[in-house]
Amino acid sequence: MGEIHLTGHPASPGLAIGPVAVLTSAVASRAAQGDPAHEAAALKAAIAGAAVELAELIATVHGEAAEILEFQVAMLGDDALAEGAYEAIAGGTAADQAWRAALDAEISGYRAADEEYFRARAADLVDIRDRVLAGLNGADRAAGISGDSVVTGDDLSPSTFLAVDWTRGGAIALAGGSPSSHVAMLARSRGAPMVVGLGPLPWNGQPPSLALVDGDTGTVIFDPKPETRRLFEDRMAAANAAQIAADAGRLKPAVTADGRRISVLLNVAAPEEVERLDPAICDGIGLVRTEFLFEGSRGLPGEDTQYAVYRRILEWAAGRPVTIRTLDAGGDKPIAGLTVDGERNPFLGLRGIRLSLARPEVFRVQLRALCRAAVHGTLKVMLPMVAIPREFDRANAMLDAEFAALEAEGLACARPPLGIMVEVPAAALRAEDFDAAFYSIGSNDLTQYTMAAARDIGAVADLNDAGHPAVLALIARTVEAGRKRGVEVSLCGDAAADTRLTNALLAAGLTTLSVSPIAVARLKAAIAGVAA
Amino acid sequence: MHDANANRAAQTFAPLTASAVLVNPVGLHARPSVKLTQCAKGFTAKIEIALAAEGPWTDAKSPVKVMRVKAPQGATLHFRVAGPDGDAALAAMLALVHDGFGEA
Repeated sequence: MGEIHLTGHPASPGLAIGPVAVLTSAVASRAAQGDPAHEAAALKAAIAGAAVELAELIATVHGEAAEILEFQVAMLGDDALAEGAYEAIAGGTAADQAWRAALDAEISGYRAADEEYFRARAADLVDIRDRVLAGLNGADRAAGISGDSVVTGDDLSPSTFLAVDWTRGGAIALAGGSPSSHVAMLARSRGAPMVVGLGPLPWNGQPPSLALVDGDTGTVIFDPKPETRRLFEDRMAAANAAQIAADAGRLKPAVTADGRRISVLLNVAAPEEVERLDPAICDGIGLVRTEFLFEGSRGLPGEDTQYAVYRRILEWAAGRPVTIRTLDAGGDKPIAGLTVDGERNPFLGLRGIRLSLARPEVFRVQLRALCRAAVHGTLKVMLPMVAIPREFDRANAMLDAEFAALEAEGLACARPPLGIMVEVPAAALRAEDFDAAFYSIGSNDLTQYTMAAARDIGAVADLNDAGHPAVLALIARTVEAGRKRGVEVSLCGDAAADTRLTNALLAAGLTTLSVSPIAVARLKAAIAGVAA
Repeated sequence: MHDANANRAAQTFAPLTASAVLVNPVGLHARPSVKLTQCAKGFTAKIEIALAAEGPWTDAKSPVKVMRVKAPQGATLHFRVAGPDGDAALAAMLALVHDGFGEA
C-alpha cells in the first residue's frame, strides 16, 4: 500500500510521528444477559462507577479540563439521561444495548445542532456512553494508548485524552472532530499536535502502522515512504532544535536577526496562569481577560474582589507593564426582567465597550477597582470592541470621574492610561481619530469582521485567515496611526502566536506581540529568524 | 411530564413568568447549563425554561434536558416558576442569565 495523504483542519500546532493507535468505539458485547431487574441494577452500578471514575479524574486536573469533566458528571447524575435506557430494559433489552441506544439518540440530537459549539459537545456524550459501556463490560478503555502514539479515530473523548501522557510526543488525527471541541482546547494547552476533519479514514481492516501529523497545516500522512518520512523527520529535528534553542532563549529578550528588539508580552485569563512562571520570560502582560477571572463565582465580582485579583497580577509582573482589558462580554442587551427580542447577530450587537457603556453601574465598579490596583505596578487599561471615538471619550470621562471620586474618598489610587483594542475594521481605518493612549490589535475579531467569516464554523474556517493581505493592511494602517500619534501599538490575538505570520506582522511595523505563556519560547525563536 | 410534587406546588402557587436574553458567549452551553441546573435545584419551586413564551417547557433542574434546548447566544430564555420560593427562584435564575453565568 502506498502512502496516504489526508488533509483536514489544524486543531493544535506542532509536528509528530508515531505508531498509529486506532480508537475502537465498539466495546465487545457482554457475554450474559440477566432478567430486567438484574440488567437495570447493572446499568445503575455502571453509571455510578463512571461517576466515581470521573470524580477521581477531576481530582488530578484543574481549570478547563476539570470543568469539562464536571459537565459530564452533571449529565451522568441526571436520571433523564438514562430514562430511555431503563424503559428499554424493562421491555427486555440488555443493559448495554439499551444504554447505547439511549445515548446514541442523545448524541444524534447534538450532531444535528445548528451551532458548531453544540455539535462539538457530541464528543462529551460519546465519552459518557463509552465510559458506562466499559463499566458494563469490565473493560479499561484507555489501556493500550501510549503517549507516543498517533491516536486516530472518528473523534476522541476528553477523558480518553486526559488518560494519555502527552509529554511523550504523541498526536491526534481524527476523521471527524472540531477545532472548537474540548479536546482541541486541551491539546493546544498540552502541546499535542492535532488535526481534525480528515474525512473517512481510507482503510478496511488492517490500519496503517505509522503516521506523520502536521498540526500546523492540518495534514496527516499514513504509511509514509522512507523518503517522505526522512524529510518529515528533518523538519521535526529542525523544529525540535528550534524549540530547544527557544527554551534556552525563553528568558532572554526577543531580538530579530537584524537586531531589532521586539517586546513579547503574555495573554492571561487568571492570576494562577502566571504565578508559577518567571516574569523574566516576558516584557509584561499584554492582555488580561477580565471576563474569565471569576468563573467560579456567580455574576460579577465586587470591587474589592476585582482589586485583589488585579493587584496580584500587577505584583507578579514586578513593575513590567500590565494591560487589563475591561469586561468583554459578548451578546445582547441585559436589562433585568425584560423581554427583549434576541439579537439576530450577537457578534454585531451589544458587546464589549458597547455593553459596558450600556451598563455603567457594572462598568464603574471595574474602573474603580482598576484605579485602586494601579498603585501596585504599571497598569494600562484597554477597551474592547471600540468602533467610534465617542465610545472611547465616554469611557475616558467615566475613568476620570471614578478616579476623582476615589481621590476624594482618600483611597490610594492612580489614573491608568486608557487605550483601545483595534478589532473593528472602522477603528483600524480611523485609529488616528481616537485619543487613546495605545492601540492593541485584537487579530481574532479583526480577522473575523474583515473576512466576514467566523473561525469556529468549519465550512468557512479557511476564509478566517489573519494573514490575508486585507487584514495585514489594516494592521499596518493601525501601526502607522500609532507612529503618527506617538503611541504604542501591539497585537494580542492568536495571530501573534502563529509563527508563520511573524515575518508579515513585523513587516507591518509591529514591535510588540502578546501571546499565551506556552507560545513565548516559540515566538522568540521565530523572531530571531526574522531579517528585514 | 410533571411530577406529583410539582403539580401540587403549581396548584397552590400561581406560576410566575419572566424572560431574559442570553448574553454569555455560545449561549446556554455546558458550563452555564450546569450552573443553571445547580441553582435551580436549590429551590423547591418547579422551574421550567423555554425558548418561546408559549413553550415547550423544559425542567430547569435537569442538565440533560437543558442541554437539549440548545439555546444559542442572543436567544430569549423564558422562565416559568411555581412554588413557595418562586419569587426568590425566579430572581436567582434571572440574575444568573443577566450576569452571563459569571462568564460575561
